[in-house]
Amino acid sequence: METILEIKNLAKSYGKLKAVDGISFKIPPGICFGLLGPNGAGKTTTIEMIEGIIKPSSGTIFYKEKLIDKQFRQEAGIQFQSTALMDFVTVREILKLFTSFYEQTIPVEQLAEQCNLIGFLDQYATKLSGGQRQRLLLALALINDPQILFLDEPTTGLDPQARRHFWELIESIKKQGKTIVLTTHYMDEAEALCDHLVIVDQGKIIEQGSPQELLGQHFNTVCIQIDEAEIDNIPVDVATSTQRVNHQIQIETEQLEQTLSKLIEAGVNLSSMRIRNRTLEDLFLKLTGNQLREAS
Amino acid sequence: MKKTLSLFLVRNREFIRDKASLSWNLVFPLLMIIGFVFAFSGDNKPLFKVGYLEPTPTNSETTNSGRGPVHYPLNHPYIQWIPFTELETGINRVKHHQIDLLVELTAQPRYWINSDSRQGVFLEQLLGDAGVDSALKQPVTGRPVRYIDWVLPGILGMNIMFGGLFGVGYVIVRYRKNGVLKRLQATPVNAIQFLAAQIASRLIIVVGIAIIIFVGCDIFLDFLMLGSYIDLLIITILGAMCLISIGLLAASRTDSEELAGGLLNSLSWPMMFLSGVWFSLEGAHPAMKQLADWLPLTHMVHAAREIMINGTPLGELTSEIWILSAMTLFFLCLASILFRWNKN
Repeated sequence: METILEIKNLAKSYGKLKAVDGISFKIPPGICFGLLGPNGAGKTTTIEMIEGIIKPSSGTIFYKEKLIDKQFRQEAGIQFQSTALMDFVTVREILKLFTSFYEQTIPVEQLAEQCNLIGFLDQYATKLSGGQRQRLLLALALINDPQILFLDEPTTGLDPQARRHFWELIESIKKQGKTIVLTTHYMDEAEALCDHLVIVDQGKIIEQGSPQELLGQHFNTVCIQIDEAEIDNIPVDVATSTQRVNHQIQIETEQLEQTLSKLIEAGVNLSSMRIRNRTLEDLFLKLTGNQLREAS
Repeated sequence: MKKTLSLFLVRNREFIRDKASLSWNLVFPLLMIIGFVFAFSGDNKPLFKVGYLEPTPTNSETTNSGRGPVHYPLNHPYIQWIPFTELETGINRVKHHQIDLLVELTAQPRYWINSDSRQGVFLEQLLGDAGVDSALKQPVTGRPVRYIDWVLPGILGMNIMFGGLFGVGYVIVRYRKNGVLKRLQATPVNAIQFLAAQIASRLIIVVGIAIIIFVGCDIFLDFLMLGSYIDLLIITILGAMCLISIGLLAASRTDSEELAGGLLNSLSWPMMFLSGVWFSLEGAHPAMKQLADWLPLTHMVHAAREIMINGTPLGELTSEIWILSAMTLFFLCLASILFRWNKN
């Protein structure tokens, strides 16, 4: 099996608005596939069409190289962006409820251990903290031992500790050979977890590849940042480009050593200097623009 | 089946553990009964109720707001005249003290009174004074039907109506609004399995609460129950199913609790006032009666009252059974066709 999931010319329109405009991609089994894009780009619509929540306007979805059918729901694990759970029902009871929906399931205790829920099994699900709740939703997505797992912005709203912990969980799931489809706003998350990325904007794919391939294609520079107050004249002859961002001068250069020499020669105080490689966030802003957009 | 059973059990747990909601469901109808018993204990209604039978019911005098024919010697503001077309119905009312006297408006009027009714004995004296021959007296005996006996089937029906409509309607709208339905949609559970669990759970809850209220009222108020408990249970289940299916229909699409509340209120209030819960529709305007016939609660309350007060067997309530069954089927089919998991 070369691809576990393939979509061809998938589109969804709401009146004149094209939320998803003819997207196609293939996902090989066992990878973490990232779907990135600004608010309203069509990520969630795309993922929910695959999950069968939204009916596509056109296009075809293949699961395990066959047209998607009822068996998909038995074999897919799904975590939505925001889901409430029933009131006055404990974590254990919710896990047992979902166990009854599937032909093949993981024992509740094993799942609770995997998702660090052991201490909360007899607590009402509505009383869990944000991180605990996301881990419960992940456990529900894993309850049928899925072959493909959809995670729609799973760490939104979590504190940094909880996010890092969630990443560890996803890494452990990846090690089990499961295919993961992840949408996220956090570029560090995509960089840390995803093997392949698709960047969508205004319902269309604008770029795709592995994080390293994409960064290599779009950037051959490093970025030097110096406080605005420390620098009067920028030695422009060695910089590919310079710009002011948040009271800092940001210098992009292909030749780091020469640029640093020039800055020293110019008498720039380098005590506030930071040198960093280009990140997915830079790529994301380059591709989608850095103007504020309203979610549609 | 396993999926439906699991959803059913979870919904029941959710309801039972919501103590505020549970206690309100139990206490509210009891408070209403107590309130109405007090409210109806002292009023300015006519002191006596006299039923009359006429061979020609088209006589215009028989329709003047129940005040009766003006030529009759017992015409008085404190006497309310109630027309009857069937002798048996009238005698039943005398038997259970629902009317004090039944007379036949003929040249030689026969009359029926209940010897245990103080009002009946008093009216008989008045009849004698008016020259009616006591030899035509037809004695009747039976336990009196108090207002509480008459109103209890209505209160139980009303409680089932609110429990059925709002209990299932609001839950589904809440589930849709907060994404529980969307999460279930992403599992192998289908709409029929989900709806069946909701119906079964709500049915158990409303019928269970009705039984608790029934037993509680019986202990404290000792109301009249002449018919079969099984018959009453069957009518209760049929009526509850019908009302739950209307609740499902009202909640089949919307994710707005305000809209659902408005829809459910617009369904429940007419039923509360036009289905004979608090007062009889005998003598009401024909248009009102016709409207009431379209309301499931009318048929449920009427059938329950017939069983409880008159001891009518289920076999004689076939029209109510058919109407409730047909309405249930219609509303369930429509609800399942219109049902959607998602907000949009």
